[in-house]
Formats: sequence, C-alpha cells, structure tokens
Amino acid sequence: MSDIKIEGYEFKPGFKGMAKDTGSDQTMFKGVHWGKAMMWIFLLSDTFIFSCFLISYMKGRGSTLIDWPNPSEVFGLNVFGVDVPLLLIAIMTFVLITSSGTMALAVKYGYEKNKKMCGWLILATAIGGLTFVGMQAFEWSKLIHEGVRPWENPFGAPQFGSFFFMITGFHGTHVSIGVIFLFIYAYKTFAGHYDQGKRGWFTTMKGDYVEIEILGLYWHFVDLVWVFIFAFFYLW
Amino acid sequence: MSEDFNDNKTIQAQSSEAISGGGSGIATDADYVRPAEVADQDLYHGHSFITKWIFCQDAKVIGVQYFLLATFTGIIGLILSWLMRLQLGFPGLAPFMTAEHYYQFVTMHGMIMVVYFLTALFLGGFGNYLIPLMVGARDMVFPYLNMVSFWSFFVAVAVLLASFFVPGGPTGSGWTLYPPQAILEGTPGAGWGIMLMCISLILFVAGFTMGGLNYLITVLQARTRGMTLMRMPLTVWGIFTATVLAMLAFPALLVGALMMSLDNVLGTSFFMPTILKAGEVLEYGGGSPILFQHLFWFFGHPEVYIVALPAFGIISDLISVHARKNIFGYRMMVWAIVGIGALSFFVWAHHMYVSGMNPWFGFFFATTTLIIAVPTAMKVYNWILTLWRGNIRLNVVMLWCLGFIVTFVNGGITGIFLGNVSVDVPLSDTYFVIAHFHMVMGIAPLMVIMGAVYHWFPLVAGRFLDEKLGKWHFWLTFLGAYSIYFPMHYLGFIGVPRRYFEMYDSPYVTSAVGMNEFISLAAFIVGAAQFILIYNIIKTLKTGKPAGHNPWQACSLEWLTPTVPPEHGNWGDRLPTVHRWAYDYSVPGAKEDFITQTTPPSEVAHTKVEKT
Repeated sequence: MSDIKIEGYEFKPGFKGMAKDTGSDQTMFKGVHWGKAMMWIFLLSDTFIFSCFLISYMKGRGSTLIDWPNPSEVFGLNVFGVDVPLLLIAIMTFVLITSSGTMALAVKYGYEKNKKMCGWLILATAIGGLTFVGMQAFEWSKLIHEGVRPWENPFGAPQFGSFFFMITGFHGTHVSIGVIFLFIYAYKTFAGHYDQGKRGWFTTMKGDYVEIEILGLYWHFVDLVWVFIFAFFYLW
Repeated sequence: MSEDFNDNKTIQAQSSEAISGGGSGIATDADYVRPAEVADQDLYHGHSFITKWIFCQDAKVIGVQYFLLATFTGIIGLILSWLMRLQLGFPGLAPFMTAEHYYQFVTMHGMIMVVYFLTALFLGGFGNYLIPLMVGARDMVFPYLNMVSFWSFFVAVAVLLASFFVPGGPTGSGWTLYPPQAILEGTPGAGWGIMLMCISLILFVAGFTMGGLNYLITVLQARTRGMTLMRMPLTVWGIFTATVLAMLAFPALLVGALMMSLDNVLGTSFFMPTILKAGEVLEYGGGSPILFQHLFWFFGHPEVYIVALPAFGIISDLISVHARKNIFGYRMMVWAIVGIGALSFFVWAHHMYVSGMNPWFGFFFATTTLIIAVPTAMKVYNWILTLWRGNIRLNVVMLWCLGFIVTFVNGGITGIFLGNVSVDVPLSDTYFVIAHFHMVMGIAPLMVIMGAVYHWFPLVAGRFLDEKLGKWHFWLTFLGAYSIYFPMHYLGFIGVPRRYFEMYDSPYVTSAVGMNEFISLAAFIVGAAQFILIYNIIKTLKTGKPAGHNPWQACSLEWLTPTVPPEHGNWGDRLPTVHRWAYDYSVPGAKEDFITQTTPPSEVAHTKVEKT
C-alpha cells in the first residue's frame, strides 16, 4: 500500500515505519478503511472460535476409549464399483478454493470500477459457495443414511459424529451466510449501488467498492478455516 | 432516508490553518497539527422518538441504554443476594427458600453480576458514552452495528430472565455451569434453565462482539487530530484493552455454551463421561468434563480483567482530576494495563487446582498468577503516588476512589494466598474464596462505577448529584461491604464451605452462626443503601445544582464539547485539535491549575508544561 498519500505525513519503511504509524495521531493503520480494519479484528475473534472447536476436537479424539473411525473409509465414495477415498471432499475443497480466486478477481475489478466483470465474478463466487454447501448437505445425508448421528456412530467413537456435525455445521453456516451476502452484493454491484454511493438499506452508509474487499476478506477466511478442518478431519 | 442527512454540510475538519496558523502544511509552528486524514463522519440523525431514543444510533444514548438495562439486571442480582443471605443468616425463616431455589439464586446472582451487570456496564455503558468523547470522535465508527449490539444485549437479558418462568426454573448449577451436573436430572433447571442460560450467553457474546468491534476501531482509527495513543486518557486505555481481552476470551465461552447445549438437547457427549445413575448407565459416555472447565476458565479469567481493566483506567482519571495532579507514571500505567491483559490469558487453570489436573500444571499457573501481582502492584503504587502531595478535593468522587484503593489492595492480597497451589487447596470452596473475589472484582469495581457515576453525571445530565446523600451512600456501602466480606475470610479459615444451603448441626455452627447473622444484616443494609443513589439521581435530575461547562476543571476532551450535555455528533461544526495528554494539572506557571488537551502550546509558552 505504498501508493497512499497523506498530507503532512511521511511514511517510513519496515519496523520503524510501523512504530511511527502506531505512535502517530488519528489512525494506527494509515489509509485503511474502518470496515476493513473491523473485518480483520472480527476474523481474529472468529479464529479463536474455530481454534476452540478444533482444540476441543483434538482433546475429544485424543481421550476417547473407543477407536476413532478411519476417515478414508468413512468419507470414501463408491464410484462405478471402485472405492475412492476422499473424492467428494477433494472436489468440495477444490470448488471452495476456486471461489476464493474468483472473489479476489472480483475485488480487483471492483476497484477498477468494472461493474460488469465484478458482478459476474461475485456471482461465480456465490455459486461456488452454494455448490460447496450443496455437496456438504450430500455428505451429511450420506453419513446420516449410514447411521452416523451426533450422539452415536456405527463406525467407532460416538464423539466422531458429535464433532463432525458440530464443526462442519458451524463452518457451513459461515459459508451460507457468506453466500447470502455474495448474492446481495452481486445485486448491488449490477444495480450500480457502489458506483453511485447509494446508501445501505439498514446501515444507511454510502456504498463503496471497498465493501467487496471486506466481504472478500471474510470469504478467504472461511476458505482458510476449511483447509484446517479438512486437515484435521479428513487427513488425520 | 436521505432527507435525514445533511449532505450539503461538508464540515471543514481539515481547515487546519485557521486554528493552528501552520500555513503551508510544513511543521514550522509549535501549534501545528497535521490535517485530518479521514473525511468527517457521515452520521444518521434520527428525528422520530423511535430513532432518537429507542433504536438510536448515537453512542451516548446507547451508553445510557446499556447503563440502565445493566443496572436493572444488577438490581435483580442484588435482590437474589438478599434472598441468599436471608437463608444463610436465618435458615428456615423464609419458607419458600428450598435448597433448589437457593442454588438457582446463587447461579443467577453470579452470572448476572459478572456478565450482565459489570461487563455490560463498563464496556457497554461507559465504553459507549466515553470512548467517542474522549478520543474526539463524532460517534462510534459503526453506529448501526452499535445499536444492534444493545438490542442483542436486551434480548440476551430477556432470555436470561425468562428462565425464571420456565418449567424447572433457572439453572442451579453455579455460575460456572460445570457439567456433568449442569444438565443432569436432579440439578435445578437441568432441562430448560440451562438451555436458556446457554442461549442467553451466546446472544450476549454476539451482541458484545458488535459493540467490541466498534470500541476497537474507534480507538484505533477514529481519533481526532493530535490524539496519539499515548495522549489518550487511561479510561480509554482500560476499556480498549478490556475489549481486546473480551474479543479473544468470549469465543471460548461461546464454544463451551454451544457444546453444552448440544449435550443437553441432542444428547451428544462432549463433556459427559459414562455416568451411573441409581445403578443404571446413562446414554452419555466418553466425554470430558475437564474440557468444559478449560473452555470456561479460558474465558473466565480474562473476564475478571475485562471488569477490572476499565475500572483501573477510570479510577486513574478520577484520582488525577480530584487530586489536581498528573497521573504518576502514565506510560507505566498504560504498559501495566496491557501487560495485565496479556498475562490474563496464561493463568486460567488457577481456578482448577482441585480439578485433578497434573500438579506441574498447577505449578506453572501459580507462577504466572503471581507474576500478575507485579503490574497490578505498580498501578496501586502509582495511584498512591498520584495522591501524594496532591491538592485533594475530598468530595464523594474522591471518597469512592480511596475506598476502591483500600478494597482492591485487600482483595488483591488474598489473591496471593489463593494463587499458590498449596495454600489454595485447603482454602478452595470455602468462604475465603467468596470473600476474595467479592472484594477484588465485586466491591472494588463497584466503587469505581459509583465514583464514575458521581463524576460524569454532571456531563450526562448537566447537574451535580447531591453530595450529602452521596456521602451517606458511600459510608454505608464502604463500611457495610467490609462488614460483609471481612468476617467471611474468618469463616473460610475455619472451613465453612461455600454453596451450602444450610449448615445444620455441623461443628462450624458455634462460631459461624452469629457471624452469618451479622453478615446478612450488613448485606441487607448495603443493598438498601444503593437505592440512595437511585433516589439521588431521580431527585437531582430535576432539582440538582446546574453543572455548567467543565465543572471539575478537567483536562480531558469529554468535558470540552460545545454543549453540555453533548449533542449527537459531539463537537458541533469542528472537531477538536489535541495538543497534549489529558493530565496537565497544577502546571507551574499556568494561570489555572489545569491546561485542557485542546490548549495550543503558544498559549502556555511561559509555563513549565512538558511536551507530551
């Protein structure tokens, strides 16, 4: 962000620059939009939520007396008579990571005020997220069909079902909320709300393309959390 | 909606030349302050009664809303404590007090006082009112989110109080809500009560997060020109650091509450081990009750400092203003606040010495716990050194400050007893613990709240509270609180356990009975004394002495608004420009004994004011 110019303020590089910014008046993060700073701090708080979930999961899995089910069997998919481990989950992860890419492009086109490209890319991101949630619903129903419940599990420790449904459910809720906002933002982009600075329906604040970047931060975070959930549930 | 905005009025926040005479934007003049980096805040001005007073987006109104609702909830907590003391002092006197009710009242009293009263009051109440004023902002940075924050808190309180009216009543598992007993049949409120408690806590955390983001970003990104972090009043530092703690500690509570509700409603076994009940094995099995304790106390210990740090900050400001001296060791005070905040995340398991965890763990947590005494003691010394040779005004505000220092030292010293594993083990679950935490995080922060109310009431309402009533209020509370909690230390030493409904014919009876009666009588008086304040407020709202502008001759920005009480937008046409810290009292050579933060250096060039 070296292109930010602030009247009467001289930026310094490196640690000294950071110390100078911190010691200065008005703002600590120079040129950073309020909403963007807020999203970063919210995500830090959310990180603690997911960390608590995953640490609890490790503790639960580590102290159970009944064997934990083998993930490559439980999450395997039978395709034309061949058992493929982790197939569905690989596709889900691929879709979600790809949607992060489209989101990043949407932010870029947003700042270039390219309304059309930006809108389509947000829409593509939303559809990616929706696909992910749909596949997760499929996986849930497959496991439920096989008899896995939050309180019991035919393949081993009952805590497997509890933690799996709780943590993927909490993450899935994050994705779903993101998808809803992506659709709203896609509409607002196409309708030109960000170009005209139209006021928000609830917050009554003027629209700006920075909002897309803020939503993008959230979306990348949800993807990153998924990588951890993926590693802890499917690869461990 | 757009007619509610004053779009034409682009306020000249950046017209620095007019004020500072800096001219071309190069720092040649001592009075020069950099121009504004951010455009002036776009505010929604409500016009109807609903948008002005109910779903209001003005941080000051939201602060008062938080204050009133937290106080209302606190009064319920107070009444519950009366009922508990009634049972403990005079068992059998009230026929409706069954053991179940006693436990429910204990639980609700604890949870209400810690979370819904103290936390909401300090951060929601004082935070909302004071942060924007003290850093020179027009409002919180996200007014709409701030409004939603209050109403989430409102719903959380409603859900909490609703649990009094559901089948089985509120939960009676103690405010720590330990599983497995919290959700097992036989504990009062095991079905509905605990569920509503968890839902209420989740709502509270969600609401608080919205508020907390506001406080943090307002402090970090919306300070006025010239307001550096190291010029902020310590009140803002305290609330800011406490908010950081809350943003990182509440997640653990949220996760704990969520997992507990799943155990309760769906029959999962996150926290539930295999349990035999009347010879039968329950459906639960394989979970870890200790896991809940870790989650709870990872929230629970920072929570103590979420309450204490704003209190530390506020008391520093009150002492400085009313002793007419700068706060001793401002930078040390700031670093102590930040240091205590950081350390508070590494001490949680000192609440779990008797949970059966590895003794080496206890050793580690005892060490970190005792290290916290260092920055805390520094703060106490600094308060005393601020008073040293000050021009002390012994008014009601100062009385509360002095009361706070004494009470806090008292409660802190017993903390050193309890922080050591070997001393804690015999003392744990006795009245010594009750005495300790009520002194240090009950009465001490309460004294700060009272001092702050007497101090800032002239700003909020434009009138002084009555001093005479205030002195009655203080002395009854101060002496009364000591009458309640001092004897409890002794009760703890002779081994009277906490959370017992009745002592029956146990060997403690001979020396504990009279003392318990005395404590109960004192508790009734102290509780009743709080209504003096409510009477005082109602009386002085109409007939109090008008305060006028900056009645305490304070330096900090919140007293320097163009109107008293401040209006929406706080600063009229032009934001204030800050040239110094908030503590220039009794500067040698100055005309008056205070130099406000907005006074430019050229006006006080002849004084011995230091550059801050």
